[in-house]
Amino acid sequence: MKALITFVLIVLVGLLLQTAMVSRMNLLSGSADLMLVLLAAWGLQERVRHAWVWGAVIGLLVGGISGAPWYIYLAVYLGVMGLSRLLTRRIWQAPLLAMFAVTSMGTLLMDLLIYFHRILFEGINLHFEDTFIQVILPSILLNFALALIVHPLMHDIANRLYPAEASA
Amino acid sequence: MKNSFPRTIQTIIIVLTATGLVALALGGYFNPVSSWAQRLEMDAQTWFSNRYLALVDFLTVPRDLASMRQRNAELEAELARLQTQLIELQQKVTETEILSALVDFARANPDYTYKGATVIGRDPSPFFRYVIINIGSNDNVLPGMPVVTDKGLVGHVDAVIAEAARVQLITDSGSAINVSLPASDTEAMLLGSVTGDLTLDMIPQDAAVQAGDVVLTSGLGGGYPPNLLVGQVVSVRNLDFELFQQASIQPNVDFARLQFVLVIVNFKPVDITPLVTTPSP
Repeated sequence: MKALITFVLIVLVGLLLQTAMVSRMNLLSGSADLMLVLLAAWGLQERVRHAWVWGAVIGLLVGGISGAPWYIYLAVYLGVMGLSRLLTRRIWQAPLLAMFAVTSMGTLLMDLLIYFHRILFEGINLHFEDTFIQVILPSILLNFALALIVHPLMHDIANRLYPAEASA
Repeated sequence: MKNSFPRTIQTIIIVLTATGLVALALGGYFNPVSSWAQRLEMDAQTWFSNRYLALVDFLTVPRDLASMRQRNAELEAELARLQTQLIELQQKVTETEILSALVDFARANPDYTYKGATVIGRDPSPFFRYVIINIGSNDNVLPGMPVVTDKGLVGHVDAVIAEAARVQLITDSGSAINVSLPASDTEAMLLGSVTGDLTLDMIPQDAAVQAGDVVLTSGLGGGYPPNLLVGQVVSVRNLDFELFQQASIQPNVDFARLQFVLVIVNFKPVDITPLVTTPSP
């Protein structure tokens, strides 16, 4: 129950920060995705539970707010959560490196999906090189900067909510 | 031995001597001696006074310093509070100026009915130049309604919920608006971009478009009312082998600092999609 309330609060505050503040902080034409970084950081904590549910909930919430199709956010956030869990359980023990990997892959996937959606389904002519340099790369860089702050924060919160069991 | 002078004579001699001395002093004969004595006394008094004050300072300054530090802290706190108040007041003045300009705009354009709104957020995706405003269907806001400021056109309402609405800015890459250039008596298409730059396309080759020309909405297509100010032409690209000219546009509205907007609630956009013929295969 404590974990549920805490994470609901984190999600609500995160959404407010994302729409009111983070989206206004631009580097060239890119902006950070706080919710994606939050999810990646949460998914990389070993002991957290119901991470998939949170991926779906946040995906639907952000998809409802954004002009982008909701299913893109849902798919990417679930993908970010899946990648985080995969890296946590099987491959890496270097948390910050894993965080950067998940963040960069998640951002790239999100931006590419939206890019192709706008081209293929909305008929908008977007120049790929401009888009990559002006939007995608700056967004990845901003997400890296956010990851440096968010990862230790979520690590601390996860440790408080899911303390390690004492060894016998 | 018996004193040779009787006591009365001694007294008379002393009184006479004293009177003589007083008379000499009053006559100014002792002035040099008196000045020297006074200077000596003043010097001594100054020396003692300075030493005394130095001693008092030495004993009391630490206590004064502590009280001064406390006073300084109090004054700094007061200053911080006043600075915060000043910033708040400056912000209110700015908001009042903006709102006043919006009211002036509404008065100058009485054909439309406006609803004022505050911009409360932006789209999470950098690919979408949308903003969220704090009025929705409860305030009779509907999708398609144009959104303006006193500076000019902002965009149109894209989606609505009860208490909020999402507005697509004219700088969004999915935005395409029919505009006119009164100076050259021509019409064109205003397109947004992923970087937020505005471009005019479909300008006929024979149109004499120049930098500085004003761009207004034309009203064609039914999406926006006519004659809303959009911006100014910055530069024109005219290549002989292309069908149309293109131009860069500087929008009048500062989209990075969008705070308050007006929704034109009595304009009903016309959906002409069913009338647009699609080429048969």
